[in-house]
Amino acid sequence: MDVLFLSRLQFAAATMFHFLFVPLTLGLSVLIAIMETKYVKTGDDAYLAMTKFWGKLFLINFALGIVTGITLEFQFGTNWARYSAYVGDIFGSLLAIEATVAFFLESTLIGVWVFGWKKLSKKAHATVMWLIAAAGTLSAVWILIANAWMQHPVGYTIRNGRAELTDFAAVVFQKFAVLEFFHTISAAYILSAFFVMGVSAYHILKKQHMEFFTKSFRIALIFGLIFSFFEVAEGHLHGADLADKQPAKLAAMESHWETTTYAPKYLFAYPDEENEKNVIEILPIPAWLSIMSKHHPSAEITGLKDIPRDERPPVFISFIAFNAMVALGFYFAFITLVGFLIRNKLTQYPFYLKIMVLSIPLPYIAIELGWVLAEVGRQPWIVYGLLKTSDAVSPIAASQVLTTLLAFILIYGLLGTVGFY
Amino acid sequence: MALQNIWFFIWGLLWAVYFMTDGFDLGIGSLLPFVGKNDQEKRIMINSMGPLWDGNEVWLIAAGGITFAAFPTVYAVMFSSLYSALMLILFALILRGVSFEFRGKVDSPKWRTLWDTCMFLGSLIPAVLFGVAFANIFQGIPFDNEGVYHGTLFTLLNPYGLLGGVLFLLLFLEHGALWLSIKTEGELHDRSVKVANGLWPILLVVLVIFLVATRFATNLYDNYLAHPLLFVVILITVVALIGIKVFVKKQAPFKAWFSSALTIVGVTFFGVIGLFPNLFPSSLNQEYSLTAHNASSSPLTLKIMLVVVILFIPVVIGYQVWTYNLFKGKVTDEDLKYDEAY
Ligand code: HDD
Ligand code: HEM
Ligand code: HEM
Repeated sequence: MDVLFLSRLQFAAATMFHFLFVPLTLGLSVLIAIMETKYVKTGDDAYLAMTKFWGKLFLINFALGIVTGITLEFQFGTNWARYSAYVGDIFGSLLAIEATVAFFLESTLIGVWVFGWKKLSKKAHATVMWLIAAAGTLSAVWILIANAWMQHPVGYTIRNGRAELTDFAAVVFQKFAVLEFFHTISAAYILSAFFVMGVSAYHILKKQHMEFFTKSFRIALIFGLIFSFFEVAEGHLHGADLADKQPAKLAAMESHWETTTYAPKYLFAYPDEENEKNVIEILPIPAWLSIMSKHHPSAEITGLKDIPRDERPPVFISFIAFNAMVALGFYFAFITLVGFLIRNKLTQYPFYLKIMVLSIPLPYIAIELGWVLAEVGRQPWIVYGLLKTSDAVSPIAASQVLTTLLAFILIYGLLGTVGFY
Repeated sequence: MALQNIWFFIWGLLWAVYFMTDGFDLGIGSLLPFVGKNDQEKRIMINSMGPLWDGNEVWLIAAGGITFAAFPTVYAVMFSSLYSALMLILFALILRGVSFEFRGKVDSPKWRTLWDTCMFLGSLIPAVLFGVAFANIFQGIPFDNEGVYHGTLFTLLNPYGLLGGVLFLLLFLEHGALWLSIKTEGELHDRSVKVANGLWPILLVVLVIFLVATRFATNLYDNYLAHPLLFVVILITVVALIGIKVFVKKQAPFKAWFSSALTIVGVTFFGVIGLFPNLFPSSLNQEYSLTAHNASSSPLTLKIMLVVVILFIPVVIGYQVWTYNLFKGKVTDEDLKYDEAY
């Protein structure tokens, strides 16, 4: 096991663990802000109880998000030193901006929110939660701009043996970043909505605090419905953008081997990387892949065979990640629509409520799969077309990384258990 | 050139502010088993930093982020060279961070002891290791022209490095004890004052030893000898340290705490000024050293980041001061009954 492999494993474990907590923070902060605002407006204590109940779950999640995020920030230097030296001019500044404009606000105000119930007026206290939600979103904006730059580097030139910034606006406003932001933020909102709906459904089924949890359920339902539909449409745009910018990822996630026009989409397929073909291909929709990715049936779609082997991402992982995410995306849209139709008589449909309890983990799975697709599908590049992951790693001993990797697994395992408990 | 020098200064300032703010809560965490005699007192100690510790820790993220943005090569070589030490700090901070949330969640003495231990170690380890790391940087780190580190974690634990660790720990303990004396009343208050008074002479002696040892272990004084006016920084640091004693005696805890804050900033700047223009000197060959001039980002990035820092850091300081002010009262038994308290 070499440094590269171990560092990848460690980074993947650390980011994926971080991203178990991030989306709920992003979404729940908005939901809680809405609840608290309703309390301020109506003076109804039910909303106050709601704010406090969801606030508690939010805080534990938030704390875990913070401690796991700090290690990520430093891992670029510890494990990806060559990467950091090569792209720090651009990438490092985006991370530093995130810290100065977002993290400070978020972390300072969270203390104010928790301890400030008696010190601030009701209105000011609710405003603090809105600011926390805004700061979380702002932090997502900057980190996703940084990630989008790794996916599609722009606004730079190679000088002094490294990538140097030439056009800041091009980096910040590029289409890839915009798409990635909206996709990730609505994924976070879907996840939070399902979390609140699932927990509420559980209590409704147990007939505890019915009023309280039905209200919570409905707020989350509307939220989830809107963003589930938005996500499907936005995800499609994201995919089409990839066809232009990362043809290798597109080919891998569709398991598309031959370069063709009128490329079909198979409803079921199973890739065989060794022999460069699909073992199973059934139910083709003619020209659908061409239409979806390039908005024209006769558009040519590059197949994996025309991409050198050493520049192909792992096909199987990309393919499964993409298709499972999309399937889940359609499921979320469908199940929230059903919920909307029966929203006023939820208690009469215990079966539906049970499904919603069982659905809590699904958005988590979809979100992690999305990142796996984005990151694994980018391989072997760490910065697409510019720097290979294998050239990015730190000149350190494998034993060091192995030790910290084991420590991460141990500590995160412990935190995960305690946190969910 | 000028731009890089400004960035060197901002870099030092951010680390200094980090040590000044997070310093007192790392200190309180390290004092937890010694000063808090029972659960009630421990909770008061934890709540005395409750609303503030998280915002303080962001200064670390900012210091790291600014190193990355303004001096990417330093960020890369520093963090990969100090890999094991830094990872230890990070693990410690993780356990410490979650202790706040977890400690009160289960009502069992064993459970609380577990998280109290995490809080203690999670505060003590970073306090010591930051000192060890900075003292080693003052001394020079064995890395070559490829940025490859020739040493292990134990290379860092040399006498001067350890002295730095002890110094930082003492600074933070004193800082923490003074904060407690501001925030508490009764017995706990009296005990904090006693601890602050007890630690003070040790701190003084260690600081003096450190200043002398620096003459032999490092080249930091070269800059001072070239510009003798700079000795003022050392003078201010020592005066601030004496100020602590004076203000404690006058029962002016806020002023004592500010003196302690100034001492920490002074010690950090003592080193940073001595390093200039080096950010990360190599002990193998001076030519490998990373300086503000050979390791910085492009002028465009430095300019953009300067705008960001000038616009936002004052705003950050503004709302953090507001927060400190909002929570300036003493933490009492009454506050602990309140269900959001840790
Ligand atoms: C889409 C959003 C998103 C993504 C992709 C990431 N993060 Fe994150 N991060 C957040 C959104 C977020 C957040 C919602 O803003 C958090 C979660 C809890 C919190 O306090 O802020 C956070 C916390 C957080 C913290 C602690 C901040 C504090 O103390 O307030 C750090 C240092 C990082 N993150 C760093 C990273 C790095 C280096 C990432 C890339 C690999 C990363 N995050 C991915
Ligand atoms: C929080 C959401 C994220 C998740 C779950 C995630 C997941 C992953 C995974 C699974 C890998 C391993 C891929 C492989 O090695 O095959 C990876 C690699 C990497 N990602 Fe991400 N990522 C996330 C966000 C980011 C962001 C926002 C950035 C940059 C700003 C980033 C930078 C990197 C880097 C530097 C690597 C190392 C290269 C590698 O291991 O292949 N990631 N990430
Ligand atoms: C049918 C609906 C969906 C489509 C067509 C779709 C499409 C895509 C595509 C093409 C990518 C890769 C972008 C890249 O490589 O950078 C992606 C990434 C991602 N997806 Fe989806 N997606 C859908 C639904 C979902 C759902 C429901 C979730 C989670 C609840 C989700 C979460 C993510 C995440 C977190 C990423 C990585 C971040 C990013 O690149 O934006 N997606 N999605």
